Amino acid sequence: MIQIANWNKILIAVICALGLLYAIPNFFDEELFADMPDWLPGKQVNLGLDLQGGSHLLLEVDIATAVRERLESIEDSTRRMLRASKARYQGLGTANNAVTFRLRDSAQIETVRTELEVEYQSAGFSALGTPLQEVVVTVAEDGAFKLQLTEQAIQEIGQRAVEQSIEIIRIRIDELGTREPTIQQQGKARILVQLPGVKDPERVKIVLGQTAKMNFHLVNQSDSVSQAIEGNVPPGSMLLPSGETGSDGRPLRYLVHKRVIVSGEHLVDAQPSFQDNRPVVSFRFDTIGGKKFGSATSKNVGRLLAIVLDEKVISAPRIQSAILGGSGIITGKFSVQESNDLALLLRAGALPAPIVILEERTVGPGLGRDSVEAGKVASLIGLALVLIFMIASYGLFGIMANIALFFNIALILALLSALQATLTLPGIAGIVLTIGMAVDANVLIFERIREEVRNGRTPISAVDSGYRRALTTIIDANVTTLIAAVLLFAFGTGPIKGFSVTLSVGLITSMFTAIMVTRLFVVLWLRRARPQVLPV
Amino acid sequence: MKLLRLVPVNTNIQFINKRLMAFAFSAFLIAASIGLFLSQGLNLGIDFLGGILIEAKTDGPADISKLRREMNGLDLGEIKLQEFGAPDDILIRIQKQEGGEKAQQAAIRKVKAALDSSVVEYRRTEFVGPTVGAELREAATWAVFSAIGAILLYIWFRFEWQFGLGAVIALLHDVITTIGLFALLQLEFNLATVAAILTIAGYSINDTVVVYDRVRENMRRYKKMPYEELFNNAINQTLSRTVVTSVTTLLALIALYIFGGEVIRGFSIALIWGVLIGTYSSIALAVPFLLYIRPARGGEDEADEAASGASAS
Repeated sequence: MIQIANWNKILIAVICALGLLYAIPNFFDEELFADMPDWLPGKQVNLGLDLQGGSHLLLEVDIATAVRERLESIEDSTRRMLRASKARYQGLGTANNAVTFRLRDSAQIETVRTELEVEYQSAGFSALGTPLQEVVVTVAEDGAFKLQLTEQAIQEIGQRAVEQSIEIIRIRIDELGTREPTIQQQGKARILVQLPGVKDPERVKIVLGQTAKMNFHLVNQSDSVSQAIEGNVPPGSMLLPSGETGSDGRPLRYLVHKRVIVSGEHLVDAQPSFQDNRPVVSFRFDTIGGKKFGSATSKNVGRLLAIVLDEKVISAPRIQSAILGGSGIITGKFSVQESNDLALLLRAGALPAPIVILEERTVGPGLGRDSVEAGKVASLIGLALVLIFMIASYGLFGIMANIALFFNIALILALLSALQATLTLPGIAGIVLTIGMAVDANVLIFERIREEVRNGRTPISAVDSGYRRALTTIIDANVTTLIAAVLLFAFGTGPIKGFSVTLSVGLITSMFTAIMVTRLFVVLWLRRARPQVLPV
Repeated sequence: MKLLRLVPVNTNIQFINKRLMAFAFSAFLIAASIGLFLSQGLNLGIDFLGGILIEAKTDGPADISKLRREMNGLDLGEIKLQEFGAPDDILIRIQKQEGGEKAQQAAIRKVKAALDSSVVEYRRTEFVGPTVGAELREAATWAVFSAIGAILLYIWFRFEWQFGLGAVIALLHDVITTIGLFALLQLEFNLATVAAILTIAGYSINDTVVVYDRVRENMRRYKKMPYEELFNNAINQTLSRTVVTSVTTLLALIALYIFGGEVIRGFSIALIWGVLIGTYSSIALAVPFLLYIRPARGGEDEADEAASGASAS
């Protein structure tokens, strides 16, 4: 163990030098290294959201709604198809994840079935080259049809909904002006959003949480709202709440026709603006939307037109005259920020399905700064205490172990910077813990050397067998801790992952510095000083 | 220079003879931990229960009782409010709201609206929905059990099964009493605590492995020595290392406890406890326990060098 080959010495020196080189940028201003090419050391440790401040949001897309909407559209197209082929049917509806109806004339069963199957072939092909079905059609002998989405189709709908949601969330976040957001899918239906340095997390959550599905409906003015509230909602109409409060102090409700005059899909632009000094949102339709809007408004002058956002009436102004230009304004009880946000939502488009926030972890910039500061102070003081204790206990060998500890910390920082791993507050705790535990390998070795000296060995032989004997112990002891750290990484989330990363990195670098670096020092010193007695 | 020696040279403390005392003490600790766990329960954080946590800096020293009155007027169920490390720093915990994820967000907005006049900065807002809370609970349980299992396997692979069993008993002792400490002090038990427990598991095993390694070495070297004496020697021979490493680790952790800030104080307490109990258990439990299951002595030659190889069982 006291023979170290020259190439080995060079390797140890190179690793330590690289460690220093990659660790150094962390002690300077980041700007200084901004222009360096990527492969040069210039990266700093990536601070986690808990240290730099920011929001971590875990969202879930309501896939069941996306599936239900697809079934509803299948119901619609089935109705059109049955009418077109003049088949007589009854009881067409959607229930229990299936579209069902009954054909009156059993002679038509086969033709209708073939038509439906052709209609709902999906774009893909199976491995055998036969077209895949989006919908499975089953028919009972009495002509009862049942159209069910295949398992694969349901999965595809879910995946598409999540992908589209990610796109729309990205647009919304970009428009809010957040720097360097991370938006990624997690699992089947979840989206992880990380927003470093976000200023107003509450506003972000409001903007992200809205589906923003906007539709224009005519208000049903011929039936009574109060009767509808009591439960007599006329067919073809629906009762919707609004943001306005009525004279009785309760939210005003509107009875509107279910039929959509124009849907928000046709919007091409929306901007916040002012009318009579009140914030409003102006919008513009595409050609088709503009035409629909024009004809609907010209036919219904004098009636109330409800602007419905996510099943809630924003306002229901009277149509003064036909609006033919394809653009208009939305009035309502907005604050300036609300009109900004609404315009933003309409520009970005609606989410394909509602989303909910499952988890939020937001840290303000002040706490982040304080945590970094506290972490620095704790690490430095912890380090100082350990350094002093090591010198007091092992003298010259303690100094060598301390230099190795110094390289160890440099290597941890270097690895974290180079891997661009995220340093979190528990991660800092991991580094502090590593500082305390890193000297363990050296302690094991030094104690063993002491023992060998007591057993009457010469200095060189004591060092040699001290290292040899301690080695297996060091490896066994560190591997068990590493097992715990790796499992922590596998099961942990966010900051805890950061802790397990620094702990694992620290264990590995401390084994290297204790076994290789200190040993190099000790061996070089032995060769030079040729001591008769070891100072341990 | 006179070097510091926490443990005198050639100690010969009779640890093994005092094992029954240690067993009784540990049995008491474990019984008390389980008792506290069942009676007081753990102060589970929002990570596992779901709920909302807000930390805020107030405009000058916070009037806790006034704020508490205001919060409880919001009709959001039980709201806990406390000072957090400084007089102008408050921590608010709101229990899980009825009515799904949307209701939770509404509650956050409501609380913030009520606080806005006295708060200068929201330092933390954490919300964990019921779904995620249940998942985190499950993941944490898995992490702890699979870590213990994996460590057992590794020790079994590297040593004889008797050592694996002894190590895991000491480990379980450390984990159970750590949980007991959290129940006793009613410290918040959250994800960071689980991380601390796993780290304690790692440290405890680390410590046990070092002593076991020496036991194994001595077993190969002194074939005729009675187990009591052999185990006792192994503990005494490694005692200096055990104490020095515990001290350096404790020095670092105490620095973390004092200067590391309020957020990780509970985490530091757990680790400090873990180092103390982990050191105790490897000496007082892990090794004496081997007396009762008597690992087989290796069949190698009675040679000095036999101990140096990395040859596993």
